[in-house]
Amino acid sequence: MAVTEVTTPAPVAGTPPAPGAGLKIAVGSYVPLLPFFGFLLIFLIVPTVTVVVSAVQDGEGGFTLGNVRALTSDAAVNALWNSIILSGSTAIIGAVLGGLLSYLVVSLGPRSVIRRTAVSVCGVLAQFGGVTLAFAFISLLGFSGVLTEALRSWPGIDIWGSGWLFGLPGLIVVYCYFQIPLMVIVFTPALEGLRPQWREAATNLGATTAQYWRMVGFPLLTPAFLGSMLLLFANAFAAYATAAVLVSQGNPISPLFIRSALTSEILLGQRNLGFALALQMVVVVAIVMGAYALLLRRTARWMR
Amino acid sequence: MTSTRGFRIARGVGLTLFAAYFMVPLLSMLDFSTRARGDEGRTFDAWRTLVENEDLREAIIASLLLAVLTVALMVVLLVPTMIWVRLRVPRVSRLVEFLCLLPLTIPALVIVVGISGVYAWVDYLIGDSALTLTFAYVVLVLPYAYRSIDSALSAIDVFTLAEAARSLGASWLTVIARIVLPNIMTGVLSAAFIAVALVLGEFTFASLLHFDTMPVALVQISKTDAKASVAGALASIILITLLLMVLSLLHRDRVTRTPGQES
Repeated sequence: MAVTEVTTPAPVAGTPPAPGAGLKIAVGSYVPLLPFFGFLLIFLIVPTVTVVVSAVQDGEGGFTLGNVRALTSDAAVNALWNSIILSGSTAIIGAVLGGLLSYLVVSLGPRSVIRRTAVSVCGVLAQFGGVTLAFAFISLLGFSGVLTEALRSWPGIDIWGSGWLFGLPGLIVVYCYFQIPLMVIVFTPALEGLRPQWREAATNLGATTAQYWRMVGFPLLTPAFLGSMLLLFANAFAAYATAAVLVSQGNPISPLFIRSALTSEILLGQRNLGFALALQMVVVVAIVMGAYALLLRRTARWMR
Repeated sequence: MTSTRGFRIARGVGLTLFAAYFMVPLLSMLDFSTRARGDEGRTFDAWRTLVENEDLREAIIASLLLAVLTVALMVVLLVPTMIWVRLRVPRVSRLVEFLCLLPLTIPALVIVVGISGVYAWVDYLIGDSALTLTFAYVVLVLPYAYRSIDSALSAIDVFTLAEAARSLGASWLTVIARIVLPNIMTGVLSAAFIAVALVLGEFTFASLLHFDTMPVALVQISKTDAKASVAGALASIILITLLLMVLSLLHRDRVTRTPGQES
């Protein structure tokens, strides 16, 4: 505990307080932190705790597992399953294509202008999900979309189908647009960490290119690749805006199920079902991000 | 890396395909929003709607104001706290970092679900304006803002600066506002740019809390005038991209100005 009173002259800045130097707590130096912690308490901690607590409460505030049990209803399970399919498939597609793009970009060499441009463009595109992205794809693949009309007039193919863009298949296509750049952002550092010396060492020992990749490159990159894939999964699982704009009715995926639980309070107990669904999302994302952190630690071992 | 001729050609083709994939939806927005009725010609009616439509104009103004307010509150709340933690109470630095990065793991949708009680109070105390979204948005931009300010702070010697200023009789407020802040300006600026980009595109909070910001208004308009909504979306993309490009220039600037220092 540091001994610092408000009136005493300030200790040399940055000197860590000696352990056990006294029993009085330096209350004064913590006061300036109050606005920050107060703000986060109100606008981050309270909402999160509210979700967790309300998920196991009934309308009168008593404890119940009814809301959590409602998650096992067919509609809720179906939404969760669809969400997992959506997040899983876009994570795999995003990781494979993004990994490929990342490799192509890194192979340009560190001084390449194209490489630097590509990485900053990917930074922009990875944040691009939401309303604008939904509109971009509606303008391309919607009923009177540019590509739809072009293909309709020649060679006469109808890619509009029966509106697949506004269902789960459409979401998969659209989500890839921000998943691939996100993969580039998170995976490029791992590829950059692959040192040329290792390649040279392998070659000196007589390895072919294929052998190098099979026995050195891929094993080294696997944790980073899987970790990035998990990050992509969490990213898609929690995404709301893009889906909300594309799918205006029905709730094929969890986030949209939360929306209908929030907005249609006609059905009894829907409000608390919303909390339970939100809790489910927190749990899924927390598990995935926890696994991601573990893999990241493994990657960090050889990245320095 | 391998650089045989065959590989270079394959790489060129691959990169071109990726570039086309990312460009096509954007170009189609431009084409879609300027397409005239029938098949011939171009019209910019949809783009004109953006400024002429009363609701949309108000929503755009609300979004721009929100961006400014979010940046202001973020700077006031975060910068002094981070400097203070570094100088005086380093023992809470891990806690501050944890809290700042927390919004990355708690989905925005979850915060919205839980925040209605808090917003009932905000509504009661401050009023029912779209600008109250500022509070929620500061939470959203926190992780990004924290990272860029933190890296700017790590790149300078805060302790020596603060010691020198203190020994010359500067108050802590002076140290923070007039000594440290000017030295981490690039970090604060990049935090501000990211904040603006995020706020201008944010939809989850605004739509579920029923506030009319630009993205919400665009979605409403899309039901009657798809072209105008696509034009608005493209306009916001162009604006956000420009902001983020400036941001990456700032970053490069910082890297070249402090060679050998970890940024």
